[in-house]
Amino acid sequence: MSVKSLRQTVQGLLPSLTPVRFVAEDGTPAKPPTGYTEPPADQLRAAYRHMVLGRRFDTQATALTKQGRLAVYPSSRGQDACQVGAVLALRPTDWLFPTYRDSVALVTRGIDPLEVLTLLRGDWHCGYDPAATRTAPQCTPLATQVLHATGMAESLRRKGEDGVAMALVGDGATSEGDFHEALNFAAVFRAPVIFFVQNNKYAISVPLARQTAAPALAYKGIGYGVRSEQVDGNDLAAVLAVLTAAVEHARAGHGPFLVEAHTYRMDAHTNADDATRYRDDEEVERWSAADPLNRLEAYLRARGVLTDEDVAAVREQAETMAAELRAGMNAESVLDPLELFDHVYAEPTPQLREQRALLASELAEATEPTEPTESTGSVGSTTPQTQEG
Amino acid sequence: MAKVTMAQALNTALCDALREDERVLVFGEDVGPLGGVFRITDGLTRDFGEQRCFDTPLAEAGIVGLAVGMAMGGFRPVVEMQFDAFAYPAFEQIASHVAKLRNRTRGRLTLPMVIRVPYAGGIGGVEHHCDSSEAYYAHTPGLKVVTPATAEDAYWLLRDAVADPDPVVFLEPKKLYWSREDTDLERRGALPFGRAAIRREGRDATVVAYGPSVPVALAAAEAAATEGIQLEVVDLRTVVPFDDETVSASVRRTGRCVVVQEAQGFAGVGAEIAARVQERCFHSLAAPVLRVSGFDIPYPPPKLEHAHLPGVDRILDAVDRLQLDDEPDTRHLLKGAVA
Repeated sequence: MSVKSLRQTVQGLLPSLTPVRFVAEDGTPAKPPTGYTEPPADQLRAAYRHMVLGRRFDTQATALTKQGRLAVYPSSRGQDACQVGAVLALRPTDWLFPTYRDSVALVTRGIDPLEVLTLLRGDWHCGYDPAATRTAPQCTPLATQVLHATGMAESLRRKGEDGVAMALVGDGATSEGDFHEALNFAAVFRAPVIFFVQNNKYAISVPLARQTAAPALAYKGIGYGVRSEQVDGNDLAAVLAVLTAAVEHARAGHGPFLVEAHTYRMDAHTNADDATRYRDDEEVERWSAADPLNRLEAYLRARGVLTDEDVAAVREQAETMAAELRAGMNAESVLDPLELFDHVYAEPTPQLREQRALLASELAEATEPTEPTESTGSVGSTTPQTQEG
Repeated sequence: MAKVTMAQALNTALCDALREDERVLVFGEDVGPLGGVFRITDGLTRDFGEQRCFDTPLAEAGIVGLAVGMAMGGFRPVVEMQFDAFAYPAFEQIASHVAKLRNRTRGRLTLPMVIRVPYAGGIGGVEHHCDSSEAYYAHTPGLKVVTPATAEDAYWLLRDAVADPDPVVFLEPKKLYWSREDTDLERRGALPFGRAAIRREGRDATVVAYGPSVPVALAAAEAAATEGIQLEVVDLRTVVPFDDETVSASVRRTGRCVVVQEAQGFAGVGAEIAARVQERCFHSLAAPVLRVSGFDIPYPPPKLEHAHLPGVDRILDAVDRLQLDDEPDTRHLLKGAVA
């Protein structure tokens, strides 16, 4: 390879020096970046609606956690543009591989909010149908899902389908080995996968500077031959534009694409975390000014494509969704402990059959005083509730 | 009937699986043109092409994680971990995802995939090449754990593993790769997946073994027979699912039991088997269930592995401790008769 073509290859892989941005923090148009097309107004309006719904979902989930209705909730407030932009860049037939912090992305994908919260409510691990929704279970072990996305993308490529897979991952997880193995495998196989890093500046308490010495996380792509970009993660227009380009790149058979979004986790890691121990209010206030939802709303209003009536209508939808979510979460779950044995193997082993019988007898004894003839094995209230066998 | 090595049987099984099911893929480190460091995948890339059998970058978590995604995408990956101890980087993928995805998703996503692991010692390998890692996998719900001791089982258990709806960790005893036996691989044996085999019948004591320990147990039985002691040898074939029925029935017949494993003994598969036997066969037992195993040490260097590995003598020493000459003490059955 000549020096000239080598230089072109390297430059083709490297991200922009500064994050791609279409809209400034105050909602005014930024100097347009080169190489990207701003999404059309109707797409931005649709994204705005999803962001309002997503924000409401998030604040409602946080409130429900404070009321003891959820075991835990990792909020993505402040990362709304990333959550919504990621999903809108995909087709429904593409695959998404989310983490535990990506509940708003799942809601944006159209998954029933109650099914999204099954995990955090503690009813089961994954509450939605991953095959039907083409959305993998929310992944807790960090970066492990990035390899699954790569494998899924590779399977789509081998089957000759034009689908892509997108892995969502946080800044802390880019230190995990699986992240690097996934980038490497994807590049070697030219798998149609998009790695979308939401750099929210903290891995629980550890700040980015303790996580990496790279100029930006987007530079982690070049070592693997993965084309990379960085984007203002609080500018929905920019997130959508860059991810759409990344998806097109992968879908066209050009291989994987790494996108780093610079954003901020407004809330603590989870409700169980105390963020005041590792960051000051001043920093949080500074990021409040960069709020992605306010920014998009101001931008769309200034362009005359979003009216007071539009905003009121979307907010009403959001309140309806929140009320339904509250009602759903206030109903007691009906859980069958014997289901624990149903999905360990396709057919239970003889040992699991014995253990199932043991638990069934324990449950029968526990319910005997009040329900002597009860033999169905189910416990708890009889409130109707979605329940798959 | 033809002389077949276990390595050839495994190679034929992969070949037949690739031929019969286009969803089957074979991948891992050096499994392509080289045919694997043990040549188990020899000729597969040549015969089926890069699309079906291919080399991956050198990263075990990557290989297994990729296989998870590809199984979700409709393929049936059969991946090779080059050596037992080199599979450890993949352990998080195996324990957190391979084993759990069916459960996490209530059966909506399943992972039909096979992780082949050449394992255990006896080949003079330097460190990190001879671990007996079966207990890690057997302790992980959601995995099936298979280890053949014969070429015929190697073929059929691998075919069954590839066809299985659940993920299977397929542990191949390295030292048996080149052992030859007369067998017709096209003729399926009578035992289904999940059933243990009685490799030798005997009335005096049951020796439970699996994988690399089965030939050692059979050699011990041969030696014991010359002294008039008839040992029954049970080959588990699948550690998970575990065949309590066959093991317990044998011990109830013989009244005595020795469990043999090459792995270090503490918290091992043999300990589980011994516990299960005494839980189920207590009133049939005339002696304590004994374990014969490797020592609780990191795997030794090649020139010392002979001191570590359970051999015929260690098994026969255990048999000597089965109180074969004692009359059963039935005093406890005569309540009140003995003060």
